[in-house]
Amino acid sequence: MGKKSSNQNVVRYNRWGYIFLIPFIAVYVVFQLVPLVTTIYNSFFENYRSGLTQVGPNFVGLANFVKIFQQGDILKYTGNTMIMWILGFVPQIIVSLVLGAWFSDPSLRLKGQRFFKTVIYLPNLIMASAFAMLFFTLFADSGPINSILMNIGLISKPYTFMSHIWSVRVLVAFMNFLMWFGNTTILLMAGMLGIDTSLFEAAQVDGATPTQIFFRITLPLLRPILIYVMITSLIGGLQMFDVPQILTNGSGDPVRSSMTLIMYLNKHLYSKNYGMGGALSVILFIITGILSLIVFKTTAQNKD
Amino acid sequence: MNEKKSHGMGIGARRALAYIVLILLTFLCLFWFYVLFINSTRSHAELTKGFTPIPSTFLLTNFQNVMKGTLPIVRGMLNSLLVSVSSAALCVYFSTMTAYAVHVYDFKGKAIISTFILAVMMIPTQVTVLGFLQLVRRIGLLDSPIPLIVPAIASPVTYFYMKQYMESALPLSLIEAARIDGSGEFRTFNSVVLPLMVPAIAVQAIFTFVSSWNNYFVPSLIIQTDTKKTLPILIAQLRSADFLKFDMGQVYVTIAFSIFPVIVVYLILSKYIVGGVSVGAVKG
Repeated sequence: MGKKSSNQNVVRYNRWGYIFLIPFIAVYVVFQLVPLVTTIYNSFFENYRSGLTQVGPNFVGLANFVKIFQQGDILKYTGNTMIMWILGFVPQIIVSLVLGAWFSDPSLRLKGQRFFKTVIYLPNLIMASAFAMLFFTLFADSGPINSILMNIGLISKPYTFMSHIWSVRVLVAFMNFLMWFGNTTILLMAGMLGIDTSLFEAAQVDGATPTQIFFRITLPLLRPILIYVMITSLIGGLQMFDVPQILTNGSGDPVRSSMTLIMYLNKHLYSKNYGMGGALSVILFIITGILSLIVFKTTAQNKD
Repeated sequence: MNEKKSHGMGIGARRALAYIVLILLTFLCLFWFYVLFINSTRSHAELTKGFTPIPSTFLLTNFQNVMKGTLPIVRGMLNSLLVSVSSAALCVYFSTMTAYAVHVYDFKGKAIISTFILAVMMIPTQVTVLGFLQLVRRIGLLDSPIPLIVPAIASPVTYFYMKQYMESALPLSLIEAARIDGSGEFRTFNSVVLPLMVPAIAVQAIFTFVSSWNNYFVPSLIIQTDTKKTLPILIAQLRSADFLKFDMGQVYVTIAFSIFPVIVVYLILSKYIVGGVSVGAVKG
C-alpha cells in the first residue's frame, strides 16, 4: 500500500486529525481538567460556612490537610470503605475464578451457559440507588426477609439489620458482590479462553488433575488480568457511594461505621466546606493516581 | 480423552457441583427482584401481614396511588431518559471521532495525546466534582441537565474501546479508497466509518446509557427543582422521607418502576451486552 506516495496530500489530510480531536479535548479541558485544577486550588484555602457567616476564602497552605488528618475521621472512613470493599471483593474474585474456569472448560460442557451469564450479569445494570432502597425495604424490621426467617423458624423476633454495625457492612458488601461478580466472571473467562489450549492438553497428557491445571497453569497465566481486575475494583471500591448512602440515608449509621470516603466528601460538598472537600479530593486523587499507574504499568507489560 | 486420573472428582460430579453452584447463584441474583415483583402487587394491609410468595392484585392500584402522590416518578423517568439518551448519543459519536483521529491520522503530538487519554482513564469523576460544581455554578448551569449531558463527549473509556475495535475492524485502505472517490474527510467519517462501527457503537451506547441512567452522585449535587430530578434522586428522596408514614405498596411500585424497565431492555439486548463486556476491557 503506497505509504508515502504523495507526502503533501498526507500532510493535508493529517490536519484533520487535529480537527477531529477538538470536541474531545475542548470538553475534557473544560469539564475535567479545569475542575481538577480548581479542586486542587481549593484545597489550599480556608473556605466554609459557619451558620450564616462565610469564612474565607483565605490562603492557608497545607492546613486543611493537617486538619483532616488531625480530626481522624478520614482514617475511620478509609477503614470502613476498605472493610466493605474486601468483604465484597474476596467472595467476588473466588466465585468469578471458579465460574470462569467452569465456563471455559471444554470437557465440562455446561449447558445453558448463555442463560447463566445473562443472569449473573443482570445485577450490574440495576440502578445502585434503587437496589439499595430495595434492600432497605426487604431487610427492614417488618420487611419480607424478617418475615421469611421467622416463618421458617430461624429467628423468633425480627432482627434489626439496620442497627447492627456488621449487618449493615455485610449488606453493603453483599450488594457490591452481587453487582460485580458477573462482570468479573466474564472478564476472567475471556482471559481464560485466551490461554493456549495446547498447554492444557499437554498437562492432561502428563496426568494433571483439573485442580492442578487450575492452580499451576490457569492462575499464573491470568496474573495480569487478575491484577487489572483487582486494581480497577479497588478504584471502584474507593468510589463506593450510592449503596451505603441510600441504605443508611447518608448517615453511615450505626455510629458512622458504614460511612465511606465519598459519603464524607458529599457531606463537605453539601455543607459548602470547600477547603476540606478540596483536601479530601486531592488525597483521593493521589491514591487513585498511584493505583492507576500500577494498572497502566501491568497492562503495558502485558502488551509486549 | 475424558478419562481422568483418580485424583480430584470425576467429570460427572464436577458437572453436578457446577450446576448446583450456578443454580444457587441464579437464585441469589433473581430472588430480590422476585420479592420486589410480588410485593408491588400487594396492598399495604397485605404487606404488613408478612411475606407470601403468591402475587396479589393491587399492582395497578399501587401504581395509581403513586401517580397521585408527591413523587413525580413519570417526570423523573422522562428526565432520566432525556439525560441518558443524549449522553449516550454524544458519547459514542464523539468518542468514535476521537478514536478515528488517533487511529487514522499521523500528526505531531499524537503519541502524547493518546498516552494522556490512557493515563487519565482511571481518574474518577468524584475527585473533580468540587471544581466541577463551582464551574457549573459560575457559568449559570446549576439545576440544568446540560452539565449532566455535555461532559459525556469526553469519555476516555469509550474512546479506548472504539480505538481497540477500529484496530481490528477498520482497514485504512478503505479510507484511502473513499479519498480517491473524492469524499471529504468529514463525510468519510460520517458515511463510511460510522456504519462500519455500528456493533461497537451499539455496545457502548448501551453501557453509556445505563451508567448515565443509574448515576446518582453528580445529578444529586446539580439538580434541585423537583420537576428536573432524575429517577435516582427521587429514589433517594423516597428513602429520606419518613418511612413508616408510607404506603409500602407504593414504595415497592416506585422501586419496581425504576428497576424493571432496565431489566426488560437488558433481556432483549443481553446477547450484545454480555458479549461486549469482555471485548474492550481485556486485551489479548
